[in-house]
Amino acid sequence: MSVDIEFLKTIPYFQGLGLAELEAIKRFVFEKSFDANEFIVEEGDPGEALYFVVSGVVKAFKTSAEGKEQILRLIRPGESFNDVPVFDSEPNVASAAAMGPVVLYGISKSDVGIILRDHPQVAANVVKVLAGRVRHFISLVEDLSFRNVLGRVAKLLLEYAENRTGPERPHLTQQDMAAMIGTAREMVGRSLKALEEKGAIRIDRHRIVLTDKRALRGTAGELL
Amino acid sequence: MAQMPEIIRELCNGCGLCITVCSCKGLVLIDNVAVVIETAECAYCTECEAVCPTGAIRCPYEIVVEEG
Repeated sequence: MSVDIEFLKTIPYFQGLGLAELEAIKRFVFEKSFDANEFIVEEGDPGEALYFVVSGVVKAFKTSAEGKEQILRLIRPGESFNDVPVFDSEPNVASAAAMGPVVLYGISKSDVGIILRDHPQVAANVVKVLAGRVRHFISLVEDLSFRNVLGRVAKLLLEYAENRTGPERPHLTQQDMAAMIGTAREMVGRSLKALEEKGAIRIDRHRIVLTDKRALRGTAGELL
Repeated sequence: MAQMPEIIRELCNGCGLCITVCSCKGLVLIDNVAVVIETAECAYCTECEAVCPTGAIRCPYEIVVEEG
């Protein structure tokens, strides 16, 4: 395996770095592959490495004592995970699992320290990435606090249909959707039916087709 | 080929609940593991996923915006 410099350039942590700096960082990068549904890291374990998704999609999630899953975010190519335990030296705050076959680049915790020390631009990029992460979680708290389930489903559909980050846009089951918006699968099923009756979506076998984005935005509480 | 439910073999406990709710006979148990039989009758109702106690069945959706 050889680490692809062109791919490293697309990672937000490494934006603005020159070829020489990327070559220096490349030495610390290792590659790992996982099968669908395989655990990559488990909540509570020590944070040993920072990971970047090269191909496939990874879900970061928490599991309640009753086994209920809350997906915190889906991680697509170029995006990182396991950052928090690597930076604060506390245990992993969430588990991560492959949603399909995935390839990752990893950098060990000690090597992340060396990179941050030697390449200040990376530290500046890390701040920006983590600020974006805070925005994401504020939005999730807002959804859980202020939106009803129908509104959360409408918002999720809009976000996923509009997120055109390439071929890795994940396909979601009703269970995935429920775990992302903090509700039960049955509620997602009912909400999809209600949105279809409103004419906002059409369920076309395995495709959810957004037919009236304005109506969806209204339901999501984001009237433009 | 029609999109059919997906089975994660390692998670299937062979309980057969999915088969009892499948109205198109698109699922069978082979060696105590649920197996999907491709059939044009499958309406992708997702009932099999709903009743599976172990999360072994997935019915994923692509989410797209209508063109035009």
